[in-house]
Amino acid sequence: MSKKIVVLGGGTGGTIISNNLRRHLPKDWDITLIDRDDRHIYQPGMLFVPFGIQKSNTLVRSRKKYILPGVNFVIDEITHIYPDKKEVKTKNHKFSYDFLIISTGCRIVPEENDGLMDAWGKNAFSFYTIEAAEMLRKKLKEFDGGKLVMNIAELPFKCPVAPIEFVFLADWYFKNKGIRNKTEIEFVTPLPGAFTKPKASAVFIESAKSKNIKITTSFELNAVNGKEKYIESVKGDKVSFDTLVIVPSTIGDNVISESGMDDGIGYVPTHHNTLKALKHDSIYVIGDATNVPTSKAGSVAHYEADVVVFNIMSEIHGVKPEEIYDGHSTCFIVYSKGTSSLIDFNYKIEPLHGKFPAPKFGPFSLLKETKMNWYGKLGFEALYWNVLLAGRHLGAPPTLVMAGKEVG
Amino acid sequence: MSIEVNGTSYATDENGYLVNLEEWTEDVAKKLAEAEEIEMTEEHWNLVKFLRGYYDEYQIAPAVKVLTKAIANENGMDKKAASEFLYKLFPKGPALQACKVAGLPKPTGCV
Repeated sequence: MSKKIVVLGGGTGGTIISNNLRRHLPKDWDITLIDRDDRHIYQPGMLFVPFGIQKSNTLVRSRKKYILPGVNFVIDEITHIYPDKKEVKTKNHKFSYDFLIISTGCRIVPEENDGLMDAWGKNAFSFYTIEAAEMLRKKLKEFDGGKLVMNIAELPFKCPVAPIEFVFLADWYFKNKGIRNKTEIEFVTPLPGAFTKPKASAVFIESAKSKNIKITTSFELNAVNGKEKYIESVKGDKVSFDTLVIVPSTIGDNVISESGMDDGIGYVPTHHNTLKALKHDSIYVIGDATNVPTSKAGSVAHYEADVVVFNIMSEIHGVKPEEIYDGHSTCFIVYSKGTSSLIDFNYKIEPLHGKFPAPKFGPFSLLKETKMNWYGKLGFEALYWNVLLAGRHLGAPPTLVMAGKEVG
Repeated sequence: MSIEVNGTSYATDENGYLVNLEEWTEDVAKKLAEAEEIEMTEEHWNLVKFLRGYYDEYQIAPAVKVLTKAIANENGMDKKAASEFLYKLFPKGPALQACKVAGLPKPTGCV
């Protein structure tokens, strides 16, 4: 009888792992990948849409096109997971599995933030969906000065560097438009710094200062008041705005909570190093769907996929899964159309200065705004579609490499 | 770094967080709270116990939203009242300060 692997969610993580497993597993293993639609979104591009750097219609491609023919791709709505029966129910089918991989991601829920829906699309915007990014593009186009506030409603949220990039890009955009002197930019975050990792945080704060961007920290959002144009914290502090750009509350997929498998906000409790679900045998979790304390970002899903493939292969051969994953994450941080910085870190090692990926030579520089990093960011899109999604390697291990980093 | 409680020394990290989760006792918690200028009440203890239970189950400190929800459910409060209640107990931010008293490692957040 054939053995079955079912993958839930065909985003970055789900696509990479399905393709990678197909390459590793013999034919008597069925691999089924389920998603509700055939729209694969290049999510890093959404940040560029509001500034007109990238057009939103270039971000969506067919999922199927990037899934290997040997993977059974099913478009259906996943309605329930039954870990005890090793079964997944969708609207139209039932799937049993030997191994389940959960890569259902996360999504924004603006309706969870008091007052936000009343202001949505009027003076409160976001860029975490294509539709939202498009609305914000129109708003910025007609923007002729005033106060722009970038707020993060709460933790955890997706792509933790994106809001920082947004204010840096806004500074560049308004300068270009000739209205920077009529525009105030303020970054309001629940974190105690611009970023949770101290060294990177200090670098970002310095950059923000030089760009005349105000940073307000430890601001736990209580409500948005679009009519009177302010956001209010739980402590009662107010920050006024003319245009609000917000990262709304973010939660994991409904099917996780409805199956009673979540941590309270839709994420699956996951072993930090093996990436196995803490409470269920035969289930692995990757990408935004986990509760592991690292970035919710594509690079993470990519590194995690390598580890999960290794561990599933181990289990198939009767060996225990290994504690390999270290929280490794790599992110470009765009400063302007033409310059970018780059960070590379894990659970324990914070972003450091240095060169990446080759020690000394780079060509990319860590924690530093350079033109070369920008070209890296631009080139990354082709790499994403053609190499990464296929589950192929770039020659680097999934874990953090210390060579090339300046310690101390 | 370390703290002294009843003649025993407990290792802490550079931010004052307990290094070994399992060394935590109520007396250690009181000492940690003292450094934060917090006087422990029953409400503080309930929250600290919730945090430790959650960490034990999920291997990570809960998001503020999870804390707020739990408090709202337990006390029949709405979301806003629960948030305010949390900040009253641990003014420097429920996640950071409460986790420290609960002997949990410093939350790294989602970054």
